[in-house]
Amino acid sequence: MHELAVTESIIEIVSRHAAEAGARKVSAINLVIGDLSSIVDDSVQFYFDYLSEGTPSQGARLVFSRVRVLLECGACGHQWEPRSADWRCPACGASRAKAIRGREFYVDSIEVEDR
Amino acid sequence: MSTRRVPVIERIMGANDTQAADNRRIFDEHGVHVVNIMAAPGAGKTSLILETVRRLQGELRIGAIEGDVASTVDTDKVRAGGAPAVQINTGGGCHLDAKQVAQSLNEFPLDEVDLVFIENVGNLICPVGFALGEHTRVAISSVPEGDDKPYKYPKIYANVDALVINKIDLLPYLPFDLEAFQKLVRSLNPDIELFPVSCVTGEGMDAWTSWLQNLARAE
Ligand SMILES: Nc1nc2c(ncn2[C@@H]2O[C@H](COP(=O)(O)OP(=O)(O)OP(=O)(O)O)[C@@H](O)[C@H]2O)c(=O)[nH]1
Ligand SMILES: [Mg+2]
Ligand SMILES: [Zn+2]
Repeated sequence: MHELAVTESIIEIVSRHAAEAGARKVSAINLVIGDLSSIVDDSVQFYFDYLSEGTPSQGARLVFSRVRVLLECGACGHQWEPRSADWRCPACGASRAKAIRGREFYVDSIEVEDR
Repeated sequence: MSTRRVPVIERIMGANDTQAADNRRIFDEHGVHVVNIMAAPGAGKTSLILETVRRLQGELRIGAIEGDVASTVDTDKVRAGGAPAVQINTGGGCHLDAKQVAQSLNEFPLDEVDLVFIENVGNLICPVGFALGEHTRVAISSVPEGDDKPYKYPKIYANVDALVINKIDLLPYLPFDLEAFQKLVRSLNPDIELFPVSCVTGEGMDAWTSWLQNLARAE
């Protein structure tokens, strides 16, 4: 499961930004994940519960914002959200789709507690 | 106690991507073209590497970095085929990452090769998310896997430069619609190069090896 490596990376990023912000505790982590990133939310949560122990992320809520794939036809410029793996253009039938949205994969923000 | 929101906007794969860029610089310094091969277990990654090495003997100096969960079986095969090879054991990891490749380069004779294959861990999902510093990404589908795989694993087909369709010697025995399969793959990736081959009969191998030679020459 590559979610293990991914979760380690998330915790590393959050620890760094929490320290920069002078916060010792993080209450929420806002993630933006495109549907082309093949990441399973539940797996990230599973590893997170283990790996966050003893870090500022421990006990934080993981908030997943999913971004749906948006395709653009290279022939006619039509844009659409595909419903299957058939990416042929529904407007002109061309096989020249490019994903212009859906590959996002980043930590958007964190919520930190000050006391 | 109060809560405040701290903007981060940092890519989760950032550390891997930075290492991959470093790897790429090393490959470029040595004038080596690197091909990352991704496929399901048993699709024929090692067979394709071996057959390519054999056919390009004396024309192109080829090496291999072999990724596997455990064992050195594939590395031993490639060495026996006359090409330098180094093994990375991921110890359970489902994909290679850029750091593992960087470490393997310490024992790899980059000056003695023109082209390096990285055989990724057998898996259709995870490897494609991890850049290794490669110049070219190739997936292999094999006929016995069935012609519906692009429906189930669209991401890998959408993110490679070429797809080798291996084991076409088995087409007469299996319900695999090669035409429909290629059409489906092209709908996911209009620019993809398709190479139907058989590592057993050698059919289709010439197109594949000349494509590789052109890549290596451009380096
Ligand atoms: N019929 C047929 N069999 C093939 C062909 N290419 C490979 N094979 C067989 O498929 C099996 C798997 O091949 P490998 O090259 O080991 O596959 P791999 O993708 O490297 O496998 P892993 O490294 O274990 O994931 C072997 O028994 C090969 O002999 C082919 O073109 N036709
Ligand atoms: Mg192999
Ligand atoms: Zn169109």
